[in-house]
Amino acid sequence: MTAIDMNSVMTKSDTVSGTNLFSKISSWLLTTSHHRIGRLMVSVSLLWTVAVVVVGVVLGVERISSSTDLIDPGSTTQLFSIFRVGLIFGSVAPMTLGIALAIVPMQIGSQVLAFARGAAFGAYLWFFGMIIVGVSYIGNGGPGGGDPQMVDLFILGLGLVIAGLLVVSASIATTILTSRRAGMTLIDAPIFVWSSLVTSISLILTLPVMAGALIYVAVDHSYERSTFGATDGINAWIGWALTSPQIFLLAVSTLGVLAQIVGTMVRGRQPLRGGLLIGIGVMSTALIGTVTQSFYSLQLNGNLSDVAKSLLPFLLFNALPMLGVLIVLGLCLLAMKNEKAKPSASFVLAFFGVGMVLTGMLGNVLLRINDLKLSNTVFEEAVLVYVGYGVVLSSLGAIAYFGPRIWGRKMPTMPVIGLGLIGVLGVVFAALPYYIAGFTDQPAGSISGQLGDNSQIWNSVATAGQTIFLVFVVAFVGLVIKSSRSGEIADEAIFETVQANS
Amino acid sequence: MSTSATALNSGPKIVVRRQALVLSGLMSAASAMLIGSMLAIWLQFRANAPLRESSDGSKMLRDWLPESIKIPEVATNTMMLTFVITCIMVQWAVYSSRRADSKHVTLALGVALLTEIALINAQIAVYMQMDIGVRDSSYTVMFYAVTATMSTLIVIGLGFTLMTMFRSLASRNSDHDLVLAHAVYWYALAAIFATMWFVVYVQK
Repeated sequence: MTAIDMNSVMTKSDTVSGTNLFSKISSWLLTTSHHRIGRLMVSVSLLWTVAVVVVGVVLGVERISSSTDLIDPGSTTQLFSIFRVGLIFGSVAPMTLGIALAIVPMQIGSQVLAFARGAAFGAYLWFFGMIIVGVSYIGNGGPGGGDPQMVDLFILGLGLVIAGLLVVSASIATTILTSRRAGMTLIDAPIFVWSSLVTSISLILTLPVMAGALIYVAVDHSYERSTFGATDGINAWIGWALTSPQIFLLAVSTLGVLAQIVGTMVRGRQPLRGGLLIGIGVMSTALIGTVTQSFYSLQLNGNLSDVAKSLLPFLLFNALPMLGVLIVLGLCLLAMKNEKAKPSASFVLAFFGVGMVLTGMLGNVLLRINDLKLSNTVFEEAVLVYVGYGVVLSSLGAIAYFGPRIWGRKMPTMPVIGLGLIGVLGVVFAALPYYIAGFTDQPAGSISGQLGDNSQIWNSVATAGQTIFLVFVVAFVGLVIKSSRSGEIADEAIFETVQANS
Repeated sequence: MSTSATALNSGPKIVVRRQALVLSGLMSAASAMLIGSMLAIWLQFRANAPLRESSDGSKMLRDWLPESIKIPEVATNTMMLTFVITCIMVQWAVYSSRRADSKHVTLALGVALLTEIALINAQIAVYMQMDIGVRDSSYTVMFYAVTATMSTLIVIGLGFTLMTMFRSLASRNSDHDLVLAHAVYWYALAAIFATMWFVVYVQK
């Protein structure tokens, strides 16, 4: 396998000769380098991740005891909304796409990104859109907001975010479809490239559906303010995009990251590679559930015919994406049996990231069984936390794996493994108690009133989990910065594995 | 950065395959999903509209389109026909581009540009003839939302035509891929409009 000529990958803006601060900043802001655009998106999305987890901690503290008064009770809806919108559109989606931007051209042997200026424009649309969304929340906007102008601003900001992510997705998909090195077919493309293609095309097909609903809500909110439920209607009409199965589409890349790392660990082609491609494809069937903007539940009461009628769509929309994850996970574990397999620190993050996503998907299956009565309980929140934080874990695993191939310095093995395990602990503590509390009917989106039996215990553990995850993210970012500046110089071998077929 | 990595052989040559065409296809799919989702919500609202008696009391009607609103069918049907003409013009441009005939490409795109302006003009005429306010009813809110979104897609296509035409004016004979991408977008837009025309203007 040919190594990548790293210098040739860099464009003019990567090697700008200016030494003063202004020229350095402008070279980053006006860059068309896929490395830089990707790194900008990942960096900002990590900041959003920290902000979102802080909100998670605050909500947890409020839930522990009604005597704590950190936030105004009137802001509860908005805080829960910040958590969901921030996690999906501020953290998970841009982090996934940012990593793809930085890595995909290297893996397919392309020197440049297709429509690189478009991708940069998309990244800025997303960036400024998220700032507008943040400002609107601060000014009492967002779903459930009291200031109509700020609510309008929120809708505008979210529209920009959707447009930005759409443009970035289109750039990634076009690069993969058109700019592969000679002789590389799509089937030959590295598995991470395949997963990035599936993710980007899924977003191209689903984000406009959300945009369509948002346009109706925007016109309605600006003029009539009743047809689509005014301010409160925002959640009703775009809420599906902030929960399962839409979030599963953002988790498709976690499978690619894991399979790519395993491929490197076993130093060769993965057995049953076609199965991996099928697994990733099967997971993307979640988009069918997404574009219908409906939830498909299982009715266990009634006669056999009624149960059967609800069972088929239930399995199709909820269980089929999970089958994709199980296929990929199974094949990766099978590959690990290879005696030549050499452990990798990033594997810990990627493996447990997929594990968390799978746990979230399993929770989603339970959530859609009507007789369990888990809807509108904190069980829903736990599903989002499992999948969202699972993607963050996996993305940080991708950074640990691909990062040294970009900046040429290794990340230390033991700290990465240690931090990874702390991160896993954080996710489990943040989400698992809400799985349990869901069965005791603790309501979702509520911080006061009847929170259910033993709610104080579950809320305390969940808050501790959020805090641990916050520490993990901050410490990992610190480790990445330190490693990229003063880490051990990477040897040549790692550059050869960037393009390796897993 | 490991300097030794740069000493290794660079990879095989990249073969760029029809980037503009692929991007246009993806954007067309996104446009179809956008209008498709809006029409799905439109149909859902229409199906859930309450029933009322007709003015002569002989049958039950869906209380959806207010009786005072009349759809100007001449203007809307003209729009549909104009889309057909636009498709023919963009196909002419593709045909000429394949034969490296930049004069005909420019001419075809110029005529397409005029028909696209006519589309915007027809949409404005529809609004003027209907003379309804956005906040009048649920129907009007949704009508303006879906038709204005469609008009935005037409304006984007108009910009695409302008760019392709200017490049053709500069005798860029190698732009066949771009002309084809432009045609794909307009074919997709015509199909999307045909669906919207049927749901919003014919079925109402």
